[in-house]
This record gives sequence, C-alpha cells and structure tokens, in this order.
Amino acid sequence: MSKTLMKGNEALGAAAIQAGCKYFFGYPITPQNELPEYMSRELPNIEGGAFVQAESEVAAINMIYGAAGAGARCMTSSSSPGMALKQEGISYIAGAELPAVIVNISRGGPGLGGIQPSQADYFQSTRGGGNGDYRHLVYAPATIQEAVDLVMEAFDVADYYRNPVIVIGDGMIGQMMEPVEFKEQKKRELPAKDWATTGTNGERKPNIINSLALDPAELEKHNQKLSRKYKEMEEKEVRHEDYRLEDAELVFVAYGTTSRITRNVVDALRDEGIKVGMIRPITLWPFPMAAIQNVPDSTKALLSVEMSEGQMIDDVKIAIEGRIPAYHYGRSGGMIPVPEDIMEKAKEILGGVK
Amino acid sequence: MMQVVYEKTKGLTDKQTHYCPGCTHGVIHKLVGEVLVELGVLGKSVGVAPVGCSVLAYDYFNCDMHEAAHGRAPAVATGIKRVLPDHTVFTYQGDGDLASIGTAEIIHAAHRGEKFTTIFVNNAIYGMTGGQMAPTTLIGQKATTSPYGRDKATTGMPLKVSEMMATIDGAAFVERVSVHDVPNIRKAKKAIKKAFQVQIDGTGFGIVEILSNCPTNWGITPVDSLTWLKENMIPYYPLGNFRTPEEGK
Ligand SMILES: Cc1ncc(C[n+]2csc(CCOP(=O)(O)OP(=O)(O)O)c2C)c(N)n1
Ligand code: SF4
Ligand SMILES: [Mg+2]
Repeated sequence: MSKTLMKGNEALGAAAIQAGCKYFFGYPITPQNELPEYMSRELPNIEGGAFVQAESEVAAINMIYGAAGAGARCMTSSSSPGMALKQEGISYIAGAELPAVIVNISRGGPGLGGIQPSQADYFQSTRGGGNGDYRHLVYAPATIQEAVDLVMEAFDVADYYRNPVIVIGDGMIGQMMEPVEFKEQKKRELPAKDWATTGTNGERKPNIINSLALDPAELEKHNQKLSRKYKEMEEKEVRHEDYRLEDAELVFVAYGTTSRITRNVVDALRDEGIKVGMIRPITLWPFPMAAIQNVPDSTKALLSVEMSEGQMIDDVKIAIEGRIPAYHYGRSGGMIPVPEDIMEKAKEILGGVK
Repeated sequence: MMQVVYEKTKGLTDKQTHYCPGCTHGVIHKLVGEVLVELGVLGKSVGVAPVGCSVLAYDYFNCDMHEAAHGRAPAVATGIKRVLPDHTVFTYQGDGDLASIGTAEIIHAAHRGEKFTTIFVNNAIYGMTGGQMAPTTLIGQKATTSPYGRDKATTGMPLKVSEMMATIDGAAFVERVSVHDVPNIRKAKKAIKKAFQVQIDGTGFGIVEILSNCPTNWGITPVDSLTWLKENMIPYYPLGNFRTPEEGK
C-alpha cells in the first residue's frame, strides 16, 4: 500500500475506521478537533455508523459505555481538561469490563492551562484518574505512523482484555503531518462478545453491564479478577524501544514528542564521544520496568526528559529502585525542550556522577 | 379447572425487589414490564438503570440492562440506541438522578430527539441516600438537608421537569402521571405504553414523569404517603400530557 500524507488527528480517525470502529462520541476541544471533525465526515457514510457530538465529555464517555456495552467498536477523543471529565466514565468502563479506545491529544495544565503540546497528563492516564482499583493500557506513539498502528491494535487489545485503552499524544502528534501507511494488522484471536446487551430475543438470560457490587466479598473478588487481567497486561503488553544503549553512561527515558527530540540529542552527544542512549516507553502503562532495570552495566545515571514538571520520573525511580541516580529534565505549559538544554543537563549530570 | 386470573408479568424477573414496603417503585416496574411484553418488544429491549433506589432495576427487568453512573443514563441510552437503532431502549431514573446531576444528559438526549423512552420517577426526595432535598422537593417539605422545610429564598422553586421538557422539540412525548391510586395507575400504564410506541414508531424521544412516594424518607406510613402525594404533589405538579405526536405524523 502507498503512503499518504496525513495530519495526526485525521490519521487517528482513519486508523480507527480501518479497525472497524463505527461509532464516535466527542466534544470539541483544541488540539484534537480534527479527529471528531474527520469522524463526522466519514462515519455517516459507513453502514450503521454514527457520529454524535455530545453535550459534554461526561456525556461522550457515557455514550461509549452504552455503545461498548451493546457490543460495538467505538471511540472518543479529547484533550486534557476534557479527559479529566471522562474519568468517571473510564472508571465505570473498566469496572464493567467494556472495551473502548480513548484518545487524549493532551495540552498544558493544570486547569484550563493552554493549548500547546504537553505531557502533563502522565499521572492522570497511568494512575487511573477515576475512582477505584483499576488500570488500563496507555499507548504513547512518537510518530503518526506509530499512532496509526497503535490505534488499530488498541481496538483488538481492548476487545481482548475487555478493558479501555488510552492512546495519548500531545498537540504535536495531533497537529503535524507525516506520511502514513495503513498496514494490515496482525489480528488477535478475540473472544465472542456474548456479554453484550443485544437483546435476549427470549432465548437467553438477560445480559447486564454493571460495576455495582454491594457485597464487599463479591466486590473484592471482582477486583482480584481485574487485577489478574492487569497482571497479564504487565506480562504481555509492555512495549518500548531501546536506542543506542550499548556502553551508555547516561540513559535518557523519553516518550512521544520528547523522544523525537531526545533521539537527536543522543546522536549529537554520541558525535561528541559522549556515551548516551535512550529508552523510549511506548506503553506508559504498563511501564517498561524491566527495560529500565536492564540498562547496561556502564550506566551511571538516568535522565527522564518530559514536557512536564516531573511525572514519568516517578516510574523511572520505582523501576531502578535507587541503584542508579535518576534525574528529570522538563519543560511545561506548552514549552518544548530544546536539544541544547537537554545536552547541557546530560553533561552536567555526567560531570557530577563521574 | 383452575383459571389464572392474575400472573406476574414476564417483563420482570423472579428476583425479590429490595424496595421498602409500600414504595411505588415496585408498581412502576410492573407497569413498564407489562408494557414491554404487551408491545412484544421485551426480547429486543435494553434498559438503563440509574443510581438511586432503583439502582438494582437491572436485576428486576427481564431484558438486557446497563447500570449507568448517577445521572448519565440518557447518555448511556444514546450510545446503545445508536448501535442498536431497531431495539427498544429505555432509562429508568429518579428525580435526583434526572433533575439534578443528570439535567444536561436528559435535556440533550431529548434535544437530539434520541429515540428512547425515559421513565422518570419523581418522589420529591433523594430516597437512596437517606432523604436529602431534591430539586423536586416541595416548598416547606422537610428533608435531611432542608430540616426547616425547603425555603424558596435559598433553594429556589421545585423543578417542573415535564413543563421544561415540553419546550424541547425533540421530545415527541411528554406526560406526567401518578401512581397513588388504581385509576391513576391505569392512566400511568397508558402513558408508558404511548411513550414506548412513540419510540417504536421512530418519532422521537419520550418521557413519562411519574409522581411516586417515599414513605421511608417522608417519615409517614405507606397509606398516608399516597394521600400526601395526592394532596401536595399533584397541585404543584399537574398531571396531564404536555406533548404528543400529532395523529398521522
Ligand atoms: C457521582 C455520584 N454522586 C452522588 C452519589 C450518591 N447518590 C446515590 S443515589 C443518590 C440520589 C438518588 O435520588 P433519586 O435519583 O431521587 O432516586 P430515589 O432514590 O429517590 O429513587 C445520590 C446522590 C453517587 N452514587 N454518585
Ligand atoms: S427509600 Fe423511599 S424511594 Fe427508596 S425504596 Fe424506600 S420508600 Fe422507596
Ligand atoms: Mg427521588
């Protein structure tokens, strides 16, 4: 198949449709608007397809709860403040074990924040922004091609685990244009959706989509079942990329847009003879703990580069368990780290730990 | 030969309900269950239960069910109906659920003309959480968060949902009924049936507001609660049809 030049937000929509998504529910917010706009153009042309502009993000995510419960592949998208509103629904979707794909083209916060690229929703998306003991996969693509591939896979993963999946990009991923190819994905063996509320037809017991369990023993059992599922995700779904790690003395950890900048930083420092490499988490949850733990013996320091005041650094520290010092370099509010500043920080650290 | 003169509707499961003695939630369940059977749509019905005393309605209706977050049932129903346009979808919601936390969801579902049916149970109180004031609590009515009686000056006037819904073009059917006595229960069933028929005909959104009781939190006996409903709620919440599709349209 040939490559087409596409804007990130539209490519995300095209990938979803390719994956069999026929229903989209969303509410306008910058910088993700091109995604619902694309869906509003395309979905009405698909048989049975529907686009609904909801009255709020709260409503949109609850429409997803309904549509997913009825057995459909469906998607919603938003940006940071809207994602905050979706957390109620995400918690219910996880609790009721429904598959759904949710895109966050995140922006600077807190509060109304700004509309420029940011990675300040790391905690919100990896810690479970809603109530209760739940987890979900978080994919963080660094290119539009990767975003397309991951969205397609996300639908399968969501169906496989009966769990919501978040694809997080920043304004950069949403807004820039890159050539993409819609490749045939490796399909997973998926169980039938015999739990969906498609009507009993008088032939079976009613199906019930529910997250309520008033008996604590029953709720604990349900939580333990969910935990086993999350364990399986931790075992099977972790994704990351290693870049020029061999004999690295300093290892950067960066994802999404910052990983693109950091990749150039690695090359520039290597050109200067400074031994650095990068671990790029592709799944933010489950976090690539083992990759961090398995840095080469040469590694003297880790440096988490983020467009936030320091969020992923917590996971880097949890992973390394204090064996190697872990530092953070970040810009926030929509400011994007420049290579020179990251290089300077790396040199400062290496000078310090030598 | 024994003859069956009364039978529990197939529209309800055999689960024993948890409602307080004398609570009219049970009567309303029965009416909805009967209507789904009489219209022949039970097997392709999907209901949405609220958060409120009827949160466990998903165990009582004998069809596929969703349990929604507090107030969000109309959004959940929207999602279901868009996926299953030929199915019969309904929400069952209390007044705290629909008229307070879920006002945006109900207004906009009606506004979009979503083709599902809402059974709105107005008992002028938050039953499940122990009798707090609802937007529908009457002036002077005591609740645990209006211990001196609801005061208009600080809490406004009780919200008239049917009148409000009647201003929305997408709401094809709006009627307020009561279940405080047998003749009214009969009328309530008729209204519920019409509201579902409007959905089946694809005309638009339908809502039936049902004045209901809460003897437990009103602090009176079931019998007195029905009299109280009649004497206090109906004068403020007049019964009747507010919107109905024109014949032949
Ligand atoms: C987000 C959220 N806020 C508050 C509650 C607590 N809550 C449960 S039921 C309820 C009120 C229900 O009252 P109503 O809708 O009138 O139903 P009734 O019990 O009277 O039938 C409230 C506030 C909740 N479950 N979720
Ligand atoms: S608390 Fe009130 S509304 Fe709830 S079941 Fe009891 S009587 Fe009915
Ligand atoms: Mg109530």
